Amino acid sequence: MPAYEIGGKSFEHDEEGYILDVNVWTEELAALLAEKEGINMTSEHWEVVNFLREYYNEYQIAPAVRVLTKAVAKKMGADKGNNKYLYELFPYGPGKQACKIAGLPKPTGCI
Amino acid sequence: MVEFQIPVLNDVPAEFDTKFTPGAMAHLKPFLAKADHNVPLGFPGELVDDWQKKAIDRMGDLVKRYRSLAVYLDSCVKCGSCADKCHYFLGTGDPKNMPVARQDLFRSVYRRYFTPTGRVFGSLVGARDLTKEVLDEWYSYFHQCSQCRRCSVFCPYGIDTAEISMAARDVMDHIGVGMKYCNEIIAKVHKIGNNLGLPKPALADTLEGLEEDVQDGTGHPVRFPLDVKGADILLVTPSADFFAEPHVDGLIGYAKVFHQAGVSWTMSSYASEAGNFGMFIGSYEQMYKVSNRIRKAALDLGVKRIVFGECGHAWRVAYSFLNTLAGPWDFLDPAYPVPQHIIEFTYDLIKRGGIKVDAEANQGMVLTVHDSCNVARASRMGTMPGGQFILPREVIKACVPKFVDMHPDTIGDKTFCCGGGGGLLTDDLMELRIKGAMPRMEALAQVIRDEGVTHMAAMCAICKSQFTKVLPYYGMKMEMIVSVHGLVSNAIQLGTNKI
Repeated sequence: MPAYEIGGKSFEHDEEGYILDVNVWTEELAALLAEKEGINMTSEHWEVVNFLREYYNEYQIAPAVRVLTKAVAKKMGADKGNNKYLYELFPYGPGKQACKIAGLPKPTGCI
Repeated sequence: MVEFQIPVLNDVPAEFDTKFTPGAMAHLKPFLAKADHNVPLGFPGELVDDWQKKAIDRMGDLVKRYRSLAVYLDSCVKCGSCADKCHYFLGTGDPKNMPVARQDLFRSVYRRYFTPTGRVFGSLVGARDLTKEVLDEWYSYFHQCSQCRRCSVFCPYGIDTAEISMAARDVMDHIGVGMKYCNEIIAKVHKIGNNLGLPKPALADTLEGLEEDVQDGTGHPVRFPLDVKGADILLVTPSADFFAEPHVDGLIGYAKVFHQAGVSWTMSSYASEAGNFGMFIGSYEQMYKVSNRIRKAALDLGVKRIVFGECGHAWRVAYSFLNTLAGPWDFLDPAYPVPQHIIEFTYDLIKRGGIKVDAEANQGMVLTVHDSCNVARASRMGTMPGGQFILPREVIKACVPKFVDMHPDTIGDKTFCCGGGGGLLTDDLMELRIKGAMPRMEALAQVIRDEGVTHMAAMCAICKSQFTKVLPYYGMKMEMIVSVHGLVSNAIQLGTNKI
């Protein structure tokens, strides 16, 4: 199984780079994943990533886009609580790219 | 991220000058399913030792079980009518993506093992041994068919490539060569109840959030009920409707329609998925299992009717196979169709004045519609022939100021696949998805240019996700894609006109 290596620690991931164990995630890993995705992590990116992890811990799934945009609106202001803003942060789609950086499994289905 | 050329769109849609490019897509294969995905479906975890014998045995079983399959394999005369009808051929130029060539990948092996001439004369009559190379070719090219059945419309013998592609995938699953995207999803349905793997608490939380949104936005207490026993209607909708944009706008539309019609309805956490990927992998057993979740939910909740949300292949399974798979439905109210499509439901209410819609609410929008392959070529809506084309258009027209159809060779029963159907809506096939979207993109670009179209409505979760993803590659905006019921959601007049 392929893995990311950071300071002697390895994080196994699948064919597309999603880590296999959500519990081994660290902020250093997130930074590395973001770099691979070509994303410069700002505080807004971290807000989204942290919310994804909180939600996943409670519900064992990534939040629906509406749930995420609402949370973003609450934390960063109503003008940012929309899908378009999330795509600006994560151009390949908040559902997939942000989940990868947050260490969540890839969402599946017709999405 | 993209390392291939995006097709250039012609100004005139549906007139293609596809350049023959042998082997252009030979490199493309979806990720293999792992044991974790295969075993819960009853398939071997990985390629079995005696795979060749097992594959041929399974092929024999299928040919015996489905007379249609044997007829399709026996009757092709290579007339070529189908050759340039496949969006994947048109978008990639790979001759193995011509439907006849795709069929021949399977047909040649069938001929070798199941026909007297093939057994005796072998390659002289186009028969081939099932070698590892042939298996690899199957894996690649039977995952470059979205089972949209456009080619079969043009075949003088009515040969259905989709059925051959389903059979090939089924044979491969039986020797441990499954596709990750589909098999992982079906395993989630068995375990959790939907393709996303959305557990009940998350679903309940999401629906509660939608109730708040609609209350805040409209001032009306529109409910999104879950697992309500004794409700009249069970809504079965693709789980993408809970999760993604623009799908969720459609779900809000259904809820508003039910609210305004004053009917009691519920969704089910057990059957929280309309989609049935069992069809994509050609597995009757998986289709049966997934469908029977709906039966169990309907019985447990004691509903009288079943309505399906906007999902293309779900509607094929529901309309064409549900009675055989999960019937009889004698416990439902015989006064209503079993099942009913949400577009039928809304159309009927609009016609009878049961709900009122105001096109002004969608001011500035010029709509076209993408006929989903499975709705267009494998089902019907309402009672009149062609209802599956008429009803969506009537609903859209009632809700928007202007509607325009795309080129006639790209709509109705000649509609092109979105490029992501048939279990191919996965990132590992993005090159195919982008190239295969070309014929639809071309027709859409024309009506944008000539008619000022601003939005394209879709009635299938896969189409909506696929277009959202591929439109930007063709220089169009992802927000162009809307749900049919997203338009209804904007236009419906709440608080008036209860029956």
